[in-house]
Amino acid sequence: MTMRLSRKHLTLIVLAALVALAPAFFPSNFYYRIGSLIFVNGLAVTGLVVLIGFAGQISLGHAGFAGIGAYACALAPGYLGLHPGLAMLGGAGLSGVVAWLIGRPILRLKGYYLAVATLGFGILVSMVLANEAGITGGPDGREVAELGLRSALAAIGIGLNNAQFWYAATGLSMLAGAWVALNLHDSPSGRALRALHDSEVAARTVGVDVARLKLQAFVISAVYASLSGSLLALMNRFITPDVAGFLHSVEQVTMTVFGGVGSVPGAILGAAVLTLLPQALTVLQQYENLILGLIMMLVMIFMRDGLLPSLMRRLKGRE
Amino acid sequence: MTLLSVEGVGIDFGGLRAVNDVGFSVSPGEIVSIIGPNGAGKTTLFNMISGVYRPQRGRIALDGTDVTGMAPNRLAERGLSRTFQNLQIFQRMSVLENVMTGCHLRERGPVLGDLLSLPSSRRRSAATSARANALLERVGLARAAEREASSLSYGALKRLEIARALALEPRILLLDEPAAGCNAVETEEIDHLIAEVAKSGVAILLVEHDMKMVMRISGHIVVLDRGEKIAEGAPATVSRNPKVIEAYLGTQAAEAGDAVG
Ligand SMILES: Nc1ncnc2c1ncn2[C@@H]1O[C@H](COP(=O)(O)OP(=O)(O)O)[C@@H](O)[C@H]1O
Ligand SMILES: [Mg+2]
Repeated sequence: MTMRLSRKHLTLIVLAALVALAPAFFPSNFYYRIGSLIFVNGLAVTGLVVLIGFAGQISLGHAGFAGIGAYACALAPGYLGLHPGLAMLGGAGLSGVVAWLIGRPILRLKGYYLAVATLGFGILVSMVLANEAGITGGPDGREVAELGLRSALAAIGIGLNNAQFWYAATGLSMLAGAWVALNLHDSPSGRALRALHDSEVAARTVGVDVARLKLQAFVISAVYASLSGSLLALMNRFITPDVAGFLHSVEQVTMTVFGGVGSVPGAILGAAVLTLLPQALTVLQQYENLILGLIMMLVMIFMRDGLLPSLMRRLKGRE
Repeated sequence: MTLLSVEGVGIDFGGLRAVNDVGFSVSPGEIVSIIGPNGAGKTTLFNMISGVYRPQRGRIALDGTDVTGMAPNRLAERGLSRTFQNLQIFQRMSVLENVMTGCHLRERGPVLGDLLSLPSSRRRSAATSARANALLERVGLARAAEREASSLSYGALKRLEIARALALEPRILLLDEPAAGCNAVETEEIDHLIAEVAKSGVAILLVEHDMKMVMRISGHIVVLDRGEKIAEGAPATVSRNPKVIEAYLGTQAAEAGDAVG
């Protein structure tokens, strides 16, 4: 027990240290922006670790929940007069309710049937966002209100520029998300989720209510996706329906699997690498996507469990 | 004092009558064995009793309540636990976590508490961990507690499944070939463990090919052949039944019968 606890704490300490110390090496404000994007993605992939890595259920439509979270922040302040921060929480609640409603029928499906059904949900959300132009602004997107927290912080003497503020806000959100997911991993619910991933029939016979637990994992991961979408909208002060699009869903599943689908720090590493790589590879100009694709294929061929778990195994093997 | 009663159950797969019109009963503390050649329908019968398959015919009652077709997790809540012939281990979890999951019904709680690692959730996990460690001690796997389950030998995995099934604190335990693939020493350990569990009042339903073990520990034997019950009774009676000898036991029975008689 103490061993597991310390592993969780070690992971959190390393993540927190990386978030806190990285700015010391930033040559310009632009890097705060890249860091924030990594953290927003890191939050989303942590939710996918709960769904795919723990519970073993695929979703190719989670960007749909990011869309709900993003547009909650874009629309609720104007239409309902909600503070953007409350809109973010409201969006998360709405995503949870939607996930609960669609999860009940959808999660009876397995494997690629589930993949296609979730895909359909994501497409549905992005279609609604693009077509209901009167409300959402349509494919051209719309502006998002200022969160206002930065000026509040400045008033109490914490002066951050915009890029720094969002670096801190998204970094702390990602760390909180990691803490929650790691808590879940070693809890009774987390064990039951991982158990039904390995053997549904055995999980059932020890009393696990499989349908209920899958649904809980689905709702939890939807809330993660929604919060990440909200943060993206508030940070960019602008949002388009692409946030809910198929490509965004696939990108996040790719990050999760690339980094290590069963591992919270692994998936976050995947988010970091796949957010940074395209930036770094721009020097290769037209070969950028070619090299990116090649790297991804090679990692999956030679590091089947994902980047971090495979690296850890190799390190252990050498000892 | 019947705990489990099975009456005329049957199921077909396509045209195959996998199990047909089988009935028997098990009382607390009793060890009842189901024997029969491969393909006789023993595992299918277990799957129906544990709710994995819904019987197409007949009735199953647990403690007087009709539980026919009830979901496995509901049956677990009523104290029915089982192991699997072809192992259903939680591969990517540690040995200890496998057994802890067997305590699920006792340790589960509000998911919000688990997400926030509230003290109540941590207390439940700690209590489960202690119980699971004690069970691992009992099946001789205490030293492997932190290992990944998939790294264990076949015999060890068989014992791990028994520990996980016991973690449920069942009133009735279904064991599907618990000693298959185990060496003589391991088999004897499992044999003792089963007898001990039965002595504590748990009803046991056993499928096992090791006839010596079956004859030694069973109070009652049910013989299946091609899905039908062809005989039942005390070990000594069953092993002398000509139909049984013809269908299944052959020379093995004569030996075992001698050993018993
Ligand atoms: N899910 C299934 N689908 C189709 N046939 C099955 C299924 N399960 C078992 N059977 C068939 O039912 C018969 C009984 O199998 P089983 O119960 O596994 O026998 P035993 O455990 O006694 O060796 C066999 O002919 C087997 O092939
Ligand atoms: Mg069998």
